[in-house]
Amino acid sequence: MQNRGLEEKLSKRLEELSKQQGIDSTKSIQSILDAKGFSRREFMAWAGAMTAMLMLPASFTPLVARAAELSDRLPIIWLHMAECTGCSESLLRTDAPTVDSLIFDYISLEYHETLMAAAGWQAEENLENAIEKYKGRYILMVEGAIPSGEESMYLTIGAHGTSGEVSAKKASENAAAIFAIGTCSSFGGVQAAYPNPTNAHPLSDVTNKVVINVPGCPPSEKNIVGTLLHFILYGTLPALDAYNRPKWAYGQRIHDMCERRGHFDAGEFVENFGDDGAKKGYCLYKMGCKGPYTFNNCSKNKFNQHTSWPIQSGHGCLGCSEPNFWDTMGPFEEPVADKIYNTVFGGVGADATADKVGIGILTATALGIAAHAVLSKIKNPQEGEE
Amino acid sequence: MANKRVIIDPITRIEGHLRIEVEVDENNVIQNAFSSATLWRGLETIVKNRDPRDAGFLLQRICGVCTYSHYKAGIEAVEDALGITPPLNAQLVRSLMNQALFMHDHCVHFYHLHGLDWVDVVSALSADPAKASKEAFKYTKYPVATGENDLKLAQERVKTFVEKGQLGPFANAYWGHETFKLTPEQNLIALSHYLKALEIQRTAAQLLAIFGGKQPHPQSLSVGGVTCIMDLLDPSRMGEFLTKYKEVANFLEHAYIADVKMAGAAYATEPSVTAQAGTMNFMAHDLIQLNKKEFLFSSGIILDGDLSKVHPINENLITEEATHSWYSDNEPLHPYEGKTNPEYTGFKDRMTINGHSKEELSKSLDETAKYSWIKSPRYDGKVMEVGPLASMLVSYACGNEKIKKIIDEFLAETGLPTAALFTTLGRTAARALQTKAIIDNGMETFNTLIENLKVDQETCAPYLIDNEREYTGRFIGDVPRGTLSHWVRIKEGVIQNYQVVVPSTWNAGPMDAKGQHGPYESNLIGLKVKDISKPLEIIRVVHSFDPCIACAVHVMDLKGNELGTYKVDPVYGSSC
Repeated sequence: MQNRGLEEKLSKRLEELSKQQGIDSTKSIQSILDAKGFSRREFMAWAGAMTAMLMLPASFTPLVARAAELSDRLPIIWLHMAECTGCSESLLRTDAPTVDSLIFDYISLEYHETLMAAAGWQAEENLENAIEKYKGRYILMVEGAIPSGEESMYLTIGAHGTSGEVSAKKASENAAAIFAIGTCSSFGGVQAAYPNPTNAHPLSDVTNKVVINVPGCPPSEKNIVGTLLHFILYGTLPALDAYNRPKWAYGQRIHDMCERRGHFDAGEFVENFGDDGAKKGYCLYKMGCKGPYTFNNCSKNKFNQHTSWPIQSGHGCLGCSEPNFWDTMGPFEEPVADKIYNTVFGGVGADATADKVGIGILTATALGIAAHAVLSKIKNPQEGEE
Repeated sequence: MANKRVIIDPITRIEGHLRIEVEVDENNVIQNAFSSATLWRGLETIVKNRDPRDAGFLLQRICGVCTYSHYKAGIEAVEDALGITPPLNAQLVRSLMNQALFMHDHCVHFYHLHGLDWVDVVSALSADPAKASKEAFKYTKYPVATGENDLKLAQERVKTFVEKGQLGPFANAYWGHETFKLTPEQNLIALSHYLKALEIQRTAAQLLAIFGGKQPHPQSLSVGGVTCIMDLLDPSRMGEFLTKYKEVANFLEHAYIADVKMAGAAYATEPSVTAQAGTMNFMAHDLIQLNKKEFLFSSGIILDGDLSKVHPINENLITEEATHSWYSDNEPLHPYEGKTNPEYTGFKDRMTINGHSKEELSKSLDETAKYSWIKSPRYDGKVMEVGPLASMLVSYACGNEKIKKIIDEFLAETGLPTAALFTTLGRTAARALQTKAIIDNGMETFNTLIENLKVDQETCAPYLIDNEREYTGRFIGDVPRGTLSHWVRIKEGVIQNYQVVVPSTWNAGPMDAKGQHGPYESNLIGLKVKDISKPLEIIRVVHSFDPCIACAVHVMDLKGNELGTYKVDPVYGSSC
């Protein structure tokens, strides 16, 4: 019943979208699919996969396909703040399923400094025009943290020396939805790590609009594109967790879906990189894996078209989609319970544990469970809202 | 008539935040040029007091484009400090991952960042696809994505963009500019490759991810070695690497390198890209390990464009200064006494020429004071250009046979003189030729790895960090944009000081105390710009360096240490 209500809502939303003027009325996604050699069946298979990824019932597949076809209505403005361009690079990787790149073709990327042909005055003009022309209709995606307050001039863009903070605020005002792409924009990221010399802040600190966080360093190409598609479908914000992360992507712990989980349960651990346990794919907990404290879908979706993910390549998770992970998760190659610094979870230090390994596991598991329970319980204000 | 001032900010299609400001005379010839990074992040401050094993992960986040370069450098600097030699398997895997990075990075730079400076997308729309398809055979025996059907499709895809008047990322650029030199057919070939390269770069990224876990920001290097032992022991995984390597190499050879030859011929007489380089000093470090001992590219310094002599590098002669950079501490201080003092002095109000050729009140750089977050590195007081051009020239001058062959063939095929190498065009060509050298020789690394795995499966060297001891070490070597060095001091088991000297710093730095301009600036001075409201010539010159500005602003010497406070081998390696 709940599904039916949702389905009606989505259909209505798509109906509205289809009435909006398209950027280009002369082409259909079908003709592009044909040109690229994709059959309708392949497209629908992709839509099915996308539906599953978004944790919607299979009956929603036609709606997902419809949403993809309508996505060219969406102008995108992508801003670069204090960042490393890793998130843009991740966006470029989008390919699997292959039609993701078509979705990319079908949004209208109005401003993206890494990709746009225009520079200088002309580039600034493009940004101003897009904000004006698509007032209230564009999606703002922001990569990077924002040096704020007195330090805001540590980032300026344009011939008028506009600070990143002013520019991000301005673009936020008239956006239909705002996505903070990557951990820097979501939580401050690496430049906001102690002692945060540039007073770097997440996007949600500089705007009073709702920001959907898509963290990860960088987030996978699927989490970026999936978030976009979710917006097109719902026309509202997705269900979010306590940190404003879409639940469909960040609802599960890495540890719970991990391919090495069986070894954790069996107490089989890598003791040193390159040892026999490493050759056999044992659990990396003792090598500092932060999978038990990290909520993301890496263990399920992997990176670079399912090529691999950190744990597959033999290294523990860094916890990169969690707030302040640089300060709370390091040292990255030690279990949390063994750390010698007073940084994480109130400073559980090595001196506090006699049997590092045993207690380490217990502590970690307990913390993981507690964290999960807390995060799952917090009801997101967006949920249940009409 | 007084000189006119022009600001270009943001310089797009680069990594990071860069501003270029120039002064032109009444003939639009650039009289003075200033390069400014407009973002500071301060990662070297942040890495202090952290676990040395974490340095690579944190410093990797300097840049998501050079994603592997700073990771490897951060890990290897700590290894150098701790006296660790990683096992041969780890060295070779790291080299293969590095090759994958170069293949990805140079290709994306040429097509998606630099390409639109050479290729007029709008002109491609009037091309005859049949004719263009034939044209492609002039530059390679086996062209890629240039069948008549491919070209028609590419043309149609872009046509829809143009016709709907909604150009997205192609909007408001300099289409139709007088200095575009390719024919419509040649533009169409390059356009088709632009689209194809979007696909190939994904494969190239997978190549790195096979051993790295993900790309950007791979995660399989650890102090002591690599962690991807399961991938190494899985023959199907090795096969995947080999197959994808060949797929990418095929595109690089028959599209990228072919297109550079095509552009080389077309632009050979265009003055804005063939003037002699502003800096004729070049520095490069060895690069790409092929086997137990041998590296593909050579180390050394070339002075005043004299290819008859290669000088060895003396690390003690590297200095940095902040006369025109937004930092206050310029005097050497003891690490315990030093202060972290960014000193931002901002802009100066000035009338400049805007994008509609009108005067507009702007925030302009004050070149009489500080004007960039980048410092000015010097070698023996001299400005050095680093990057693929430097690497190729040094290897060439060293008589490195593998490199000499590639350069000589290129010059013969295009009919260009040796002097053409020392230009904007030469810089862009050198990047393609460096790519060719890698794909022609890189398989040796792969084969050596396979041979070694038969008898040795070590991937990580054991080590201990003694908290009572103090360690210093550094990584120095070439990465896609030139010579990179990371310097670390470890005390009481944590990082006490960290410094990064990055390629784009050498190239993009501001003037020094003596008024010597950095390479970006010196290469712009003397350039004639057709229309200062559409400064394509400037953008083309700057892009030829492949700017990576998030990297460059990490020339943080916040404690005021001179590099000389590190105990370094006075003469690093031999020159050839």
